[in-house]
Amino acid sequence: MPLVKAAKLSPKVFHKDIPMLPTRNGFGDGLVIAGEQDERVMVLCADLTESTRTEAFKQTFPDRFVQFGVSEQSLAAIAAGMALAGRVPFIASYACFSPGRNWEQIRTTACLQEQNVKIAGAHAGVSVGPDGATHQMVEDIAIMRVLPNMVVLVPGDAIETRKAVLAAVEHEGPVYIRFAREKTPVFTTDKSPFGIGKAQILHAGSDVAIIACGPLVYEALLAAQTLEKGGISAKVISCPSVKPLDESTLIAAAKQCGAVVTVEEAQAAAGLGGAVCELLGSNYPVPVERI
Amino acid sequence: MPHVQQTIAPLTDAKLRKLELQANDIRQDVLKMLTKAGSGHSAGPLGMADIFTALYFHVLHHNPRKPHLEDRDRLFLSNGHIAPIRYATMAHAGYFPKEELLTLRQFGSRLQGHPEYRLFPALENTSGPLGDGSSQSVGAAYVGKLQKSPWHVYCIMSDGELAAGITWEAALFAGKNKLHNLTWIIDRNNIQIDGYTEDIMPLEPLHEKFAAFGFTVLEIDGHNIREFIDACDRSKVTWNTPTVIIAHTIPGKGVSYMEFEPSWHGKPPGKGEELNAALKELRTLGGKIQSEME
Repeated sequence: MPLVKAAKLSPKVFHKDIPMLPTRNGFGDGLVIAGEQDERVMVLCADLTESTRTEAFKQTFPDRFVQFGVSEQSLAAIAAGMALAGRVPFIASYACFSPGRNWEQIRTTACLQEQNVKIAGAHAGVSVGPDGATHQMVEDIAIMRVLPNMVVLVPGDAIETRKAVLAAVEHEGPVYIRFAREKTPVFTTDKSPFGIGKAQILHAGSDVAIIACGPLVYEALLAAQTLEKGGISAKVISCPSVKPLDESTLIAAAKQCGAVVTVEEAQAAAGLGGAVCELLGSNYPVPVERI
Repeated sequence: MPHVQQTIAPLTDAKLRKLELQANDIRQDVLKMLTKAGSGHSAGPLGMADIFTALYFHVLHHNPRKPHLEDRDRLFLSNGHIAPIRYATMAHAGYFPKEELLTLRQFGSRLQGHPEYRLFPALENTSGPLGDGSSQSVGAAYVGKLQKSPWHVYCIMSDGELAAGITWEAALFAGKNKLHNLTWIIDRNNIQIDGYTEDIMPLEPLHEKFAAFGFTVLEIDGHNIREFIDACDRSKVTWNTPTVIIAHTIPGKGVSYMEFEPSWHGKPPGKGEELNAALKELRTLGGKIQSEME
């Protein structure tokens, strides 16, 4: 089983009893740690405290928790005003509302001004299922990725989401972090490498490179196992940093494998798949299948 | 611990006259800038000249040589299209040489058609998309109140932009959080690009709307500098609510052919006769001063 040791994945990665947690839990955990480490951190919520997992921060740092009600446009712009005054605000809502509803405010006040506004898009992707199409935000990666100065992070599990929160605080400027509602396997560990602009090779292979982000990284690992049984050697690359991309790792994989499959829980147009196609199209064109 | 208030120097009659003449000079620079640029907005900047002059030369606690002073008052601009009046007033106040004013809207200039914070941080905020500036002022005021900072937050906004929903989201938030350190200043000139505000999307009764959102509402003549300064003084000692100053202004104030005329909202005076007529009117204070040269 060619799992890459340097990825330091969970020893239970292919066990039936792998721990399951929603990525949003990692967001909640990360916020409390960030709040302890940095007094500038504030959390702004638009009437979704429990489901975006900001309740623990609210209990721990009541002075730095701000309730907005259903006001996503001012949520973004007021956050930028707080950032201009020296704070590091996280704005939390469902991805379909933020950045779905307040894209212009994010563009003008966070991106053009390069302010420390961190946008947390919860319940992203089709896995929010029963809530229906209005709530299944699949366009967020695309609309965030095109914004100037924006970093886009799509962590693969709860541990990685926690790391993404802390990395977002360290980073000067706007960051979008996307996470999901449903419980998904926790396949990374505290020791797994993570960084803005970094992709990790989780599974070695040379016939095809599967580049994935979000909870579907785990599905890609399962796919690689299945392919291996069929005699196909698949490299699996976890790519939580959709912007900036880890260009050298991805180009090297294209060169080695000669074919790429991108996997994400979002519109294939202009999402991670679009980003990878743009990169390879300019540097090392190979056939790409976007899922 | 109570909020430390900045004291405002008394406004003597001599100072008042000086401010009025200063505003007149600044209006002339605005017209020259707009004509040179060949595009931009005339009515709003001229209409707000008295208020900007009063702010930068009397009301604001600021230092043009130290634009990032931590305890400076923050002046946000929400209707970014009136940027020329802010640029001209800041140049007169000593933030940068007046010669730079003629680079307005040029490629590579930090004096863009709408204010760009990243090019020029002393502007406090980027604005243009209407409604975003007022929300940003609310965010800064929230932090100022949270950390008991001595500075006050002002935001200038237009009446036309009040149709934007985000304005009322921010107003709800400011009212809920009793942002006493926040003063919104509305340029109530009754015009917007497509015509008169009450035809396009009626705003009245505006006073009552803001009162209902939890603001202390003050209405003034926006060309009466003493009234405006008195309103700012009152807003600084208002404890439990944000303040909105509804400043009734004449769009295009000082240039008779522009006054009250919506068509001058979004265009500059033409080179030659159009500009010269406007400058002469301002130089002679509407014909009250006869030049020896004439």
